[in-house]
Amino acid sequence: MATAICIQNSALFMYVLGRADDALILGHRLSEWCGHAPMMEEDMALANMGLDLIGQARELYTYAAEVEGAGNDEDKFAYLRDVQHYRNVLLVERPNGDFAQTMMRQFFYSAFADCYWRAMMSSTDPTLAAIAAKSEKESAYHLRHSSEWIIRLGDGTDESHRRAQSALNDLWPFTGELFQANPEDDALFAGRIAVDPRGLLQPWTENVTAILRSARLTLPQSQWMQKGGRSGQHSEHLGHLLSELQSLQRTYPNATW
Amino acid sequence: MVITPAQARDLREVAWNAAAQVVDPEIPALTIADLGVLRDVVVTDQGVEVAITPTYSGCPAMNMIALEIELALEREGFRNPVIRTVLSPAWTTDWMSEQGRQKLKEYGIAPPVAGGGRRALFGEQEVACPQCGSANTEVLSEFGSTSCKALWRCKSCREPFDYFKCH
Repeated sequence: MATAICIQNSALFMYVLGRADDALILGHRLSEWCGHAPMMEEDMALANMGLDLIGQARELYTYAAEVEGAGNDEDKFAYLRDVQHYRNVLLVERPNGDFAQTMMRQFFYSAFADCYWRAMMSSTDPTLAAIAAKSEKESAYHLRHSSEWIIRLGDGTDESHRRAQSALNDLWPFTGELFQANPEDDALFAGRIAVDPRGLLQPWTENVTAILRSARLTLPQSQWMQKGGRSGQHSEHLGHLLSELQSLQRTYPNATW
Repeated sequence: MVITPAQARDLREVAWNAAAQVVDPEIPALTIADLGVLRDVVVTDQGVEVAITPTYSGCPAMNMIALEIELALEREGFRNPVIRTVLSPAWTTDWMSEQGRQKLKEYGIAPPVAGGGRRALFGEQEVACPQCGSANTEVLSEFGSTSCKALWRCKSCREPFDYFKCH
């Protein structure tokens, strides 16, 4: 095992890798809550959602390795890539912040994952369709859980409302990247291998704004959106996250259980 | 070694029976055959290959199950069995056998509602208490001790119980 691996370029491989990175990084963020959540049920919920996402990431990495055919595997992708080789959206690497920040991030991502995986179930690629069939049910469950929290926090006390509104203001600029498509993906969309995320913006916006309205939260005025994660330009937060996620393999290369 | 089709059939039956008895380490009342996780067993000149399918994406029991199958087959004399994971078609709780559902209930876990799909996932179903059978139950926590379970409570007998979520 080398100390770092580079990634080769192929549209399907890069596409699958990006989705795997989204799931791994958000799953890792959720795992940081383990033992710290405000109550026992929520501690289990956050850890369970993290486990689902890491499971989805493993299946996607394994498939990416098969597509790439360069002898890499799920562990090498997770532990031996440097920051600039990660392709996740910036939203999922945002720090946990307070509970409202974590739930808002989860709500935005799950609302996307719910419609994304449902659409991917009809992918002409049987492996992606099968991964989608599982992920769709898990994402729907995460969406329900996070939606209920957004309503409870937004429509709760003055303090919970203030924190939920502040989380919304902070994270909204990171939602646009979920719907960004790369020009290299056009062939995947044309072959119905992958779903064009631009087509999901409208249903996502409708679902999200309905919940935010019930939560008495107000959308920020500015529609300016952050981007960069899909092309490997990350915030400093991802480096800190990876230093923890990869510390064992980086300190003791090739260590196994 | 070259084996005849008849020998392959016999060996397959032995291999299937050995693999089918492996239990889920998190719910030892259920075998992988009850769960619908055991998909196929193929015996060729090269050896035996077992196909299994994962349940929940993140279920950590899958690695353990693969290892247990390997051990069970080696005990029956199969050398270097190969365990393959197949994703398609995706597992659903509808694949759980009737016998499996009964065993779950006796173990104290409410079985998933058959054919429930998305509506069942979103709580639009009645879950009967596995202890007293009452339908007067409520959800306590949507997430439970493993990824496949939620925590419920019976309002008739007042006992908490696990519910195997629809997937």
